[in-house]
Amino acid sequence: MLEHDVLVVGAGLAGMRAAIAARAQGANAAIISKVHPVRSHSNAAQGGINAALLDRGDDWEDHAYDTIKGSDFLGDQDAIEVMCQSAGQALIDMEHFGVTFNRDDEGKLGTRAFGGQRRARTFFVGDFTGQALLHVMFEQLIKSGVRRYEEWFVTGLIEEDDRVCGVTALEIRTGQVFAIRAKTVIFCTGGLGRVFEPSTNALIVTGDGMALAYNAGAQLMDMEMVQYHPTTLAGNGVLISEAARGEGAYLLDKNGDRFMERYAPNMMELASRDVVSRAEQTEINAGNGIDGCVLLDCRHLGEALIKEKLSQIREIGIDLAGVDMVTDPIPIRPGMHYMMGGIKTDVDGQTNLPGVYAAGECACVSVHGGNRLGANSLLDTIVFGQRAGDHAASAARDVEYMEFDVDAVVRREEQRLQGILDRPQNGDRVASIRLGMGESMNRNLAVYRNEAGMRETIHDLQGLKERYTTVPVDNKGQVFNTDLVFALELGFMLDCADTIAVSALERMDSRGAQARTDYPDRDDENWMKHIVTAKGDEGPEISYSPVSITRWTPEERKY
Amino acid sequence: MDLTLRVRRFDPDSDNPEPYWQDFSVTVEDNATVLDALIKVREDVDGTLSLRCSCRSSICGSCAMRINGHATLACKAQARDSLGDDNVIVVEPAGVMHVLKDLVVDFDLFWDKIMAVEPYLQPQGPEPEGEYIASNESMLHLSGVTACIMCGACVSDCTVLEVDPTFMGPAALAKAYRFTADPRDGDEEGHSEDRLRMLSEASGMWDCTRCFECVQVCPKGVAPMDRIMSLRDQALAAGMDKNYGARHVQAFSDLVEHSGWLDELRIVPMTMGLGNVPALLNVMPEALRALSHGKLPPLVHPELPGAENIRNLFEKVEQGGKEPEGHH
Ligand SMILES: Cc1cc2nc3c(=O)[nH]c(=O)nc-3n(C[C@H](O)[C@H](O)[C@H](O)COP(=O)(O)OP(=O)(O)OC[C@H]3O[C@@H](n4cnc5c(N)ncnc54)[C@H](O)[C@@H]3O)c2cc1C
Ligand code: FES
Repeated sequence: MLEHDVLVVGAGLAGMRAAIAARAQGANAAIISKVHPVRSHSNAAQGGINAALLDRGDDWEDHAYDTIKGSDFLGDQDAIEVMCQSAGQALIDMEHFGVTFNRDDEGKLGTRAFGGQRRARTFFVGDFTGQALLHVMFEQLIKSGVRRYEEWFVTGLIEEDDRVCGVTALEIRTGQVFAIRAKTVIFCTGGLGRVFEPSTNALIVTGDGMALAYNAGAQLMDMEMVQYHPTTLAGNGVLISEAARGEGAYLLDKNGDRFMERYAPNMMELASRDVVSRAEQTEINAGNGIDGCVLLDCRHLGEALIKEKLSQIREIGIDLAGVDMVTDPIPIRPGMHYMMGGIKTDVDGQTNLPGVYAAGECACVSVHGGNRLGANSLLDTIVFGQRAGDHAASAARDVEYMEFDVDAVVRREEQRLQGILDRPQNGDRVASIRLGMGESMNRNLAVYRNEAGMRETIHDLQGLKERYTTVPVDNKGQVFNTDLVFALELGFMLDCADTIAVSALERMDSRGAQARTDYPDRDDENWMKHIVTAKGDEGPEISYSPVSITRWTPEERKY
Repeated sequence: MDLTLRVRRFDPDSDNPEPYWQDFSVTVEDNATVLDALIKVREDVDGTLSLRCSCRSSICGSCAMRINGHATLACKAQARDSLGDDNVIVVEPAGVMHVLKDLVVDFDLFWDKIMAVEPYLQPQGPEPEGEYIASNESMLHLSGVTACIMCGACVSDCTVLEVDPTFMGPAALAKAYRFTADPRDGDEEGHSEDRLRMLSEASGMWDCTRCFECVQVCPKGVAPMDRIMSLRDQALAAGMDKNYGARHVQAFSDLVEHSGWLDELRIVPMTMGLGNVPALLNVMPEALRALSHGKLPPLVHPELPGAENIRNLFEKVEQGGKEPEGHH
């Protein structure tokens, strides 16, 4: 029998940090991931990770204030305090683990400027910070001796007496289904970018953990808060990091004017992402763009700086857009990038389900509120990953494994999957349903939203969900049946899409990433609260949760 | 743009599991990558096609495969630059590792080699309270190696691994160098002698034949072979010259310095060690076979005209202290 005190689902930065922490507490910890850990989406993070280091004259309270303002005052201040206070140690731990951070002239960790922050506190490795952190975290995972289930896909949760007591999983390589017993389960499954088309996110980012937890009764929070990043490539949506603007790049309209002057005269291109994305979209809608894009201009930064600090995105520009940013500006536009919302947790990662935790992008603590600051997400993953791992390990000491009929559980799951494989061809395709969902979401739940559009998407989703119940898969085989995996992922995405649309429609004000043309103002009197969704008989049911305000009173937001 | 993907397929679940070729004709955008084209096949034409891919931007390392005979990332290869005759692009799984299904190979061999180098920082000194102080140059140099995304392209096309699966291979050796060159790893001076000793053993750094294949196929500019050469420099500098590889390099260079060309007769005993009778006896049959085929190198090894110039060159290099970059 496979059984573990702490079973971490997901091996990105949050998951590996959690597993390492749990193991360090002496727990029998394991980690399970649908891709090899170093293939996780955390590797795509380019720009850096925030921390206020005291010996640099910085102050965690400044970092906290910038984060709170960035969140449009929807972030929970108690949680933000925890994150910003822990940041320094978390960063130094990563350096001690072996991350090759860029240095300053004295050989200390160097910083770069990032959006929405009044001082440079973003630490980085060139422009592949996420990859650097992820590979080093994997090294530590190896060292820790945590059991790894690599290329195993979690298909469901096992519940007994209303308590989650393990997961069912498909070993992708063999097609075999297993039940893994666990005293505690930590979801670190990352975001849900592929719910939108296009998105900066990798193809594996499909909201699995959010949907699994939701279907088991967990609450989701802030699901309406979807970040559109200001600089993504047209077409495939691949990201050009904020590091470019952090190093001094300009945003230009078709006349070559720096239009941010009109929207954020102080911070200019480095205002919060929601602010910059709205500005771009407004200009594009007003006909001041070029083919639906504005321009990101790096030419004045010089070839040497670009090669040292922005080499990876230069490569992306050349490979995917055919533009060398050393000599030409790159056409970019706002694109879906990050999910602020997720599984509702406290600062120790606990959800409303006993024994179930969440951390990283799939969780909502909520430290990002209405809008996440660039470089705060990597920080979120390691701080709250560690806390969840610690807490789950100590909680596991006080509980026993729950008994359940393993064979029956496995058989039931095998039959469910076989049912999908056995569906007759009917001309429909998983990819076409996904595209329908993604385009509808990107049309109506993007930078600007309104009631009619969102209702249209909710209606679209109903039709797509019906099609989903009969959509066939081509591949009937056992070994590496990615066709089956995509079909399962689509189911998770449709559940997530639903909660996003319903939450966004519910919030009748504009705040952070949600800008409604029919409710253009922030309405603190009525909507200074989180929207929470839980699975009901007829789809998502809404409730509210108060925003934690410790010492920073909400004010008007200007950059 | 219309193109044909000629894909090497393999289905272990089929009644007759043999690899075979299949052509798919698709229409893609002009700036599409080969990965975009493969995804198009998988989504719109034939869902049974299995491949690994995720980030679409050369960072997750999932999609290494052979395109027109050479390993690369499918998401980095522009379709229009990959077109052969009749607009065909030939796509095969990565080499060296065995095929699980279609373009998916078994990475166990790859990871086993990485694990063998104990791939995590091992500082022996006390940890500082804050960060380690290190020069930006040293970190930039290391970042050039940690930029490795473990895609396996170098392992796929390594000409040594193709014939000797015990070789540690380019990825693992580059990974090892990432630690031996890290001022934080090893003793307080940053020397990682234990690592170098282990890497000097058979199947390690001295087994690379310097064919350049890994440098060419690496999609991230890591240049594994150059890192292996740097490992050799580090090992020699640490006095680890009592093994075949190190002695071979030393003998090679001594002989050429002496006469201006390689003395093939003497390099064997010099490499194996003159006192190493069992090893010398071992190569005897081969030497005799060479003799009977008239292929034994000349017993007398005259100095080449102009050998002096070569000696001068050696001298210059030695006086310059450091050898020229990359050591080739
Ligand atoms: C292009 C890009 C650039 C970014 N740049 C930055 C930046 O500069 N700074 C910053 O702070 N943030 C940045 N972010 C955001 C940040 O990278 C992510 O939010 C963060 O890395 C998420 O980490 P995670 O550990 O929560 O999830 P991930 O790294 O996404 O890991 C999820 C894990 O869950 C596993 N998983 C999922 N579903 C299943 C299942 N069903 N069964 C088994 N395993 C499963 C996956 O295999 C994976 O291992 C960026 C994001 C993108 C897309
Ligand atoms: S898909 Fe990630 S490297 Fe190609």
